[in-house]
Amino acid sequence: MASKQKVLVIGNGMVGHKFLEALASSETGAEYEITTFCEETRVAYDRVHLTEFFSGRSAEDLSLVEPGFYEANNIRVLLGDKATTIDRDAKTVSSENGEILAYDKLVLATGSFPFVPPIPGHQRDNCFVYRTIEDLEAIRDGAKGGSVGVVIGGGLLGLEAAKALKDLGLTTHVVEFAPRLMAVQVDDGGGAMLRQKIEELGVKVHTGKNTQNIEDGEEHFHKMTFADGDVIETDVLLFSAGIRPQDHLAREFGLEVGERGGIVVNDYCQTSDPDIYAIGECALSGGRIYGLVAPGYKMAQVVAEHIIAAQTKASSNNTFTGADMSTKLKLMGVDVASIGDAHRNTPNSREYTYIDGTDEIYKKIVVNEDNNRLLGAVLVGDATDYGNLLQLMLNDIPLPEYPDALILPQRDGSGVTGLGVTALPDSAQICSCNDVTKGDLCQAISDGATLLGDLKACTKAGTSCGGCNILVGQVLNAELENMGLEVNTDICEHFAYTRQDLYNLVRVEEIKSYYNLLAKHGTGRGCEICKPAVASILASCWNDYVLEPKHAGLQDTNDRYLGNMQKNGTYSIVPRIAGGEITPEKLIVLGEVAKKYNLYSKITGGQRIDLFGARLEQLPEIWKELIDAGFETGHAYGKALRTVKSCVGSTWCRYGQNDSVALALDVENRYKGLRSPHKLKSAVSGCTRECAEAQSKDFGIIATETGWNLYVCGNGGMRPRHADLFATDLDTETLIKYIDRFLMFYVRTADRLQRTSTWMDNMEGGLDYLREVVIDDSLGICEQLEVEMAEVIGAYQCEWKTTLEDEEKLRMFRPFINSDKGDSNIVFVEERGQIRPANKDEIINQEGVSA
Amino acid sequence: MTDLSKPVNDVDEGPSASKTLTDTALSDSWIDICALSELPHDAGVAALLNENTSEETQLALFLPTDSDRVYAISNFDPFSDANVLARGIVCSIGNEIAVASPIHKEHFCLTTGKCFEDNTVAVATYPTKIHQGRVFVHANPVALSGEA
Repeated sequence: MASKQKVLVIGNGMVGHKFLEALASSETGAEYEITTFCEETRVAYDRVHLTEFFSGRSAEDLSLVEPGFYEANNIRVLLGDKATTIDRDAKTVSSENGEILAYDKLVLATGSFPFVPPIPGHQRDNCFVYRTIEDLEAIRDGAKGGSVGVVIGGGLLGLEAAKALKDLGLTTHVVEFAPRLMAVQVDDGGGAMLRQKIEELGVKVHTGKNTQNIEDGEEHFHKMTFADGDVIETDVLLFSAGIRPQDHLAREFGLEVGERGGIVVNDYCQTSDPDIYAIGECALSGGRIYGLVAPGYKMAQVVAEHIIAAQTKASSNNTFTGADMSTKLKLMGVDVASIGDAHRNTPNSREYTYIDGTDEIYKKIVVNEDNNRLLGAVLVGDATDYGNLLQLMLNDIPLPEYPDALILPQRDGSGVTGLGVTALPDSAQICSCNDVTKGDLCQAISDGATLLGDLKACTKAGTSCGGCNILVGQVLNAELENMGLEVNTDICEHFAYTRQDLYNLVRVEEIKSYYNLLAKHGTGRGCEICKPAVASILASCWNDYVLEPKHAGLQDTNDRYLGNMQKNGTYSIVPRIAGGEITPEKLIVLGEVAKKYNLYSKITGGQRIDLFGARLEQLPEIWKELIDAGFETGHAYGKALRTVKSCVGSTWCRYGQNDSVALALDVENRYKGLRSPHKLKSAVSGCTRECAEAQSKDFGIIATETGWNLYVCGNGGMRPRHADLFATDLDTETLIKYIDRFLMFYVRTADRLQRTSTWMDNMEGGLDYLREVVIDDSLGICEQLEVEMAEVIGAYQCEWKTTLEDEEKLRMFRPFINSDKGDSNIVFVEERGQIRPANKDEIINQEGVSA
Repeated sequence: MTDLSKPVNDVDEGPSASKTLTDTALSDSWIDICALSELPHDAGVAALLNENTSEETQLALFLPTDSDRVYAISNFDPFSDANVLARGIVCSIGNEIAVASPIHKEHFCLTTGKCFEDNTVAVATYPTKIHQGRVFVHANPVALSGEA
């Protein structure tokens, strides 16, 4: 067999990495010897979300490379090395570090570099660009001790950069040469609305300003002088005046480049040398540079397929012939979207505009002369129509009789926006980041991915920018309906309702007992699914004592005996140790109790102590000793708030930004006893080093220089999920308010035993939607959520304390109704100085010691 | 074969009425366990049969809601080898009544003892009766299959 084909890639950015993934994951992936240059010191990371570096996301979080990806695919990465020479005759590339690499196919994915206008003084210290993590680190260091920052350039990237400066606590200005912000994507009306919203966020906007000189300032580091004579002084200056294709290698070694830069490529992304390809922002395709990630990804796919086809002597029919440049993004929390002919350049086209001065929403659509096709749109302040409008345009779908209905608000709920996903052809691209069509989604649905989370996981739709999440959900629902496939969401055979339905019934009808609910809305006697679920709902709503006679039989055994049943029928005991903080006295009590009752002791992952091997009948006396010593129940047995882990925080730690322990104590004591669809875990870290692992929790909090960052819907366990950054730099009061709302909304809407992570994965609209509900109060329920939470908090009780005060309840803990003798089947043996349950053979031989 | 799969509620007649149930059941084999009023509705309790003898057996007793029928099955969960069935949740599956093991949720029919998830496994069931407000369980199980 011939030796492997050598594929060399120059550039390990988002597009370069996408190419590696596409080639390596192909059927013939193992037949290539793949090497990639990575000039930066980090492998591919997500530049689209670069700003989040300042709001708490680490470089690791931004990485696009699955751990082990390069190793598993035998891809050699030349980290920190730079390609310097291409010898096209010998087909080799040499590098700065002296490597000479042969190639059969060479892929240039060199991206772009920021354009810095040659203003006198642009090379001064504390002048930055905004492209790499190194740039961001330099900006962060440069901002220290300063108070003002200026961004030159009010385009998409400029506004992102302004957000970054604002996150660093600087008074931020945006200086734009054009008369409006985001001149490429939005029109005058949209630009004006965007400016208004951004200025309200505290960023000062200066449009129509031509910077002429930068020199030493009097009060700040720089003084900028504009053509109209105005001046601004600033400490940090950031250039974001556009990008230029990184084409110098192509230029130097004889490949054809465009007049204004860019490596000329054909429809297969081949350069003027057929063995050399160019993809992403360095490529000039059809006379255009495509500065968005989706077209870059498409080019990467085209090249991978072309290389594979060439090797198998087949022909590839996947080509890149241009891409739609519509975009939707969130800038400083402001939704902005631009579709197609946003500026109405098409002759004889018409437009409709809607402006809501109260909620600051601007929407415009551009339609054709016949008033029946959509040509373009601009959305500012509310971009929920983006997906529908984009599909209408891309698929040339006839518009409704009155196209303005597409952007007018539907206040009475009777109107229909858009035409619904059923009108879309199978070829309609739903997710442009990952090139997933409606047909792909339908195939996956008919193959069994009938849950939103599964559908997204197997097609990758909606997993990059998330802009298409709402559409993906709509396709799923429509398709299920189409297939006549009724997804049975009944909780069990006894209730033809979902958990959410039951929750609403309990709330609205103020139902206080399971049997009442069963009589009114159910059938049969219930089961181990609906009983604990309803018990949990009742507890979430009314927070009654769980061992009330009407509730006791509903509880899973853990809740029923207020302990965690282990494999041999004994229980483990976990007292609350809020925030993981414990006095020596209390620690000694735990030790003494464990010793007295011969309990196996283990430190948990949630910073508390678990005592194993207590017999049912021992639980009350052990708990009495613990409660007398000042402990209370830890709810380790409940689908409830478990622990709020903390690092030691600013009180002791040299790096701590804030008192994470005090906050963890407050948070744990606030939400202790809150019963929810599944267990809840939290953590508070005192700085970005994140020792408390808050990003793996249902809700996690990380201290910043100026407040708290809130993360939601993380999970460890079987399917780990990093929490999403939900809100940044919150004061404590706002933080608690958001958590109240977030938790109650979860309690209200999640399925039974659905952790927050899967709840989020299955939420139509995803993180943005959750933010709208919790932060913007889009459903108008926040006040109610807070009231409900206050009621639960007010009704808190230590269930063990209540139980010990009630003789009747204590009788439940007798081993037998007709005997006080213990279960002789429970046998322990000793291991590493502690007890453990005896295995079957050991019980039969009775070698064990009875506890 | 005599059908003993149904628990017997024999409120009016005394324990001696057991001879009408089966030829092999002896009147002195009915064992007084507790007062009916001691049993919680819709939740199990454990009871000990033949305490301190070689025949000592753990039972799980259940009194479903709105019922004065008491069901008695072995307390031993054959899947986990632990005496825990009394601590399971009472369920209805179609028209049958069952308990879900608290360890791994296998369901056992309260009338027949059979496991719904694995028909090769069953737990013993015991005849019961209520007389003068007391709960009696028969010393001999109705059927003993599986490894209980």
